Amino acid sequence: MATAVLETGERETYLNREYGIKSWLLTVDHKRIALLYLMGITFFFFIGGFFALLIRLELLTPAGDLVQADTYNKLFTMHGQIMVFFFLIPAVPAVLGNFLIPIMIGAKDLAFPRINLLSWYIYMIGGVLMLITILNGGVDTGWTFYTPLSTEFLKTNVVTAALAVFVSGFSSILTGLNFIVTTHRMRAPGMTWNRLPLFVWAHYATSIIQVLGTPVVAIAIVLVALERTLHLGIFNPALGGDPLLFQHLFWFYSHPAVYIMILPGMGIISEIVCCFSRKRIFGYKAMAMALLGIAVVGFLVWAHHMFVAGISLYAALIFSLLSYFVAVPSAIKVFNWTSTMYKGSITYQTPMLYAFGFIGLFTMGGLTGLFLASLGIDVHVTDTYFVIAHFHYIMVGGMVMAYLGGMHFWWPKISGRMYPEGWGRLAALLVFVGFNLTFFPQFVLGYMGMPRRYWDYSHSPEFQILNVLSTAGATILAVGYLLPMIYFLWSMRYGKPAPDNPWNAAGLEWTIPSPPTTYNFEEQPVVTWEAYNYDEIKEEVPVAN
Amino acid sequence: MQTSPAATVQGEAHENPALLHHFATAQQQKDAASLGMWLFLVTEVMFFGGMFCAYLVYRYWYFGDFAAASSSIDLTLGTVNTAVLICSSLTVAMAIRCAQVGKQKAIVVYLVLTIILGLAFLGIKGIEYKQKFDENHVPGWANFHLEGHIPRHADIPVNQQHAQIYFSLYFAMTGMHALHMIIGVGLFSYLTYKAWKGRYAPEYYTPLENGGLYWHFVDIVWIYLFPLLYLIDRHP
Repeated sequence: MATAVLETGERETYLNREYGIKSWLLTVDHKRIALLYLMGITFFFFIGGFFALLIRLELLTPAGDLVQADTYNKLFTMHGQIMVFFFLIPAVPAVLGNFLIPIMIGAKDLAFPRINLLSWYIYMIGGVLMLITILNGGVDTGWTFYTPLSTEFLKTNVVTAALAVFVSGFSSILTGLNFIVTTHRMRAPGMTWNRLPLFVWAHYATSIIQVLGTPVVAIAIVLVALERTLHLGIFNPALGGDPLLFQHLFWFYSHPAVYIMILPGMGIISEIVCCFSRKRIFGYKAMAMALLGIAVVGFLVWAHHMFVAGISLYAALIFSLLSYFVAVPSAIKVFNWTSTMYKGSITYQTPMLYAFGFIGLFTMGGLTGLFLASLGIDVHVTDTYFVIAHFHYIMVGGMVMAYLGGMHFWWPKISGRMYPEGWGRLAALLVFVGFNLTFFPQFVLGYMGMPRRYWDYSHSPEFQILNVLSTAGATILAVGYLLPMIYFLWSMRYGKPAPDNPWNAAGLEWTIPSPPTTYNFEEQPVVTWEAYNYDEIKEEVPVAN
Repeated sequence: MQTSPAATVQGEAHENPALLHHFATAQQQKDAASLGMWLFLVTEVMFFGGMFCAYLVYRYWYFGDFAAASSSIDLTLGTVNTAVLICSSLTVAMAIRCAQVGKQKAIVVYLVLTIILGLAFLGIKGIEYKQKFDENHVPGWANFHLEGHIPRHADIPVNQQHAQIYFSLYFAMTGMHALHMIIGVGLFSYLTYKAWKGRYAPEYYTPLENGGLYWHFVDIVWIYLFPLLYLIDRHP
């Protein structure tokens, strides 16, 4: 079958097949929906990042002088809610997963293309509700909506914020459901489970968490909203209700949600590390099972967020022990990436730089997680900057690094253009340096006793120097994040046209044109090879310029 | 269903107009739809599961008050509603059976019957809510009051706070269930319209089957809600 050619002489792709706003807003093409998500997610990333910068600016001086205390509470609340629910959770699955999963398994589309579009609309409705919350003056519950603070005491826009999170949750559920069905039912002939790229395995594990966890936080947040509006009393201590029950329901989702954020990132890193080491992944099955293991064990550790909230000692001991178990599959991943690189022919293109960053920072975030899993240290550093630094090492150092690495790795496929490699490496370096400068001092601050969520630390001015370092780092980080946005946009017009397989990488997505056609494959592919068959691909990664 | 441009673009001649462009066979499409529906029901189990969890905790803590509050609810209405809902599940099953054997008109009849039974359930539920409002059994109201004492302890009056927790759960759980019923009635109206248009036949009735799964699920939730909310420690 010959490739379709447009009247202008260009090859027909999913991007130029139709033009006009309607062809985007009513599309059922998973690749176009991925780009719709990319716009929404990028928008919220910079809104959330803007709040983070204001937080860092306030903490530049010990006195609470830039914003009011109430404003500060709103800043960290909305930073958290936007980054968690509108950036971190959807970012990799909804953009890269959406774009790549059908192609990687040799399908024309996800199993439910219209539900896929629906989930984007639901995400945007949630996003609009969040923007309404912000414009109405914001919300200051903390991202966790803890009762009875959220139900009884605050006068801010708790209900619209809760609604925003509730609505966006359904987008997440539908995406997960779509991925699970797609992985089960849409694989090409010969694409057995043991031949799936780990990227697909990672999204499969993620989807399980989305499907099982999200409904629970949805009902918890509905009950909070009902408690505020109709005065139901399920968490109301004045009636004998139990605020801890809310925390259990909340963290039953929100701890596994951490793995929703990091597992897709691990999938990306496996792809990148193999490609730029020119080797098959070390321990394929262990890597796949580790992803599922993290998803399963991740459901059994939620109460480690509540060690000081008044749960029983025995419960705390059990949850502490179970939390350590997460380290086992996580360590398998880190060791196997490292073993994959051993004796590989490594090149240092931008995606690989992000992968190196990910492995190092994820390890630091993970190891400090072990500190926090132990009861004694956790009691000491609960609600301090140590905890903030720990989860930002996972979320920003891990997940955002992986997201950016993946965006660079697959940008030639998505846009059909190469990004400027030199600028890419510079940005990767800036992100790494800026990130460490921002968050490493926070480990120290937290261990010295600086509490989170304080806008004024004038009682202990000795914290200032570390806070200044942190704010300086955040500025560098901001530049590092702005750069890719600028040169990605630039490359769409001025970038060199990308070849079908610019990295000589393995995987079905590199066998089709860049950018792909609407139905991905001209003919139904039949898979006869294992994933990451780099020993059969003799070419090296082309040297970038 | 017919909006997929792919079939025409790629020039593949499908005999089955319901087959979407990205599926290879009708069987693959049906399997995908069923798996998707079952997964959706799993999310629903988790959604209601949060409330069942809260119910368990408080029933364990405040058993006497829950029993007293439970006996204030009209048992007859609840029992009739249970029967109505079980009958509606039967009519759904009959509708699917009729699709399998190709009785076009009977599908529509059974679907309409299902909708009528669903509306009857909601009507009876409304009467029950009206009673609760008239008796001031609404949590969070200033004049909330539940008469009576804890079963077998005539000297211990009902704790008004704990009774409010019971009624909070009662309204939250039955309300969420009723919301699912309303969505179900809407869904079945759509299915009835499609069945009336002759959309479903022995070769293709997946939407009917999946709609039926949803209806049965909502039914099963009620099968749990009825004993848990209406029958706590009831003795003749």
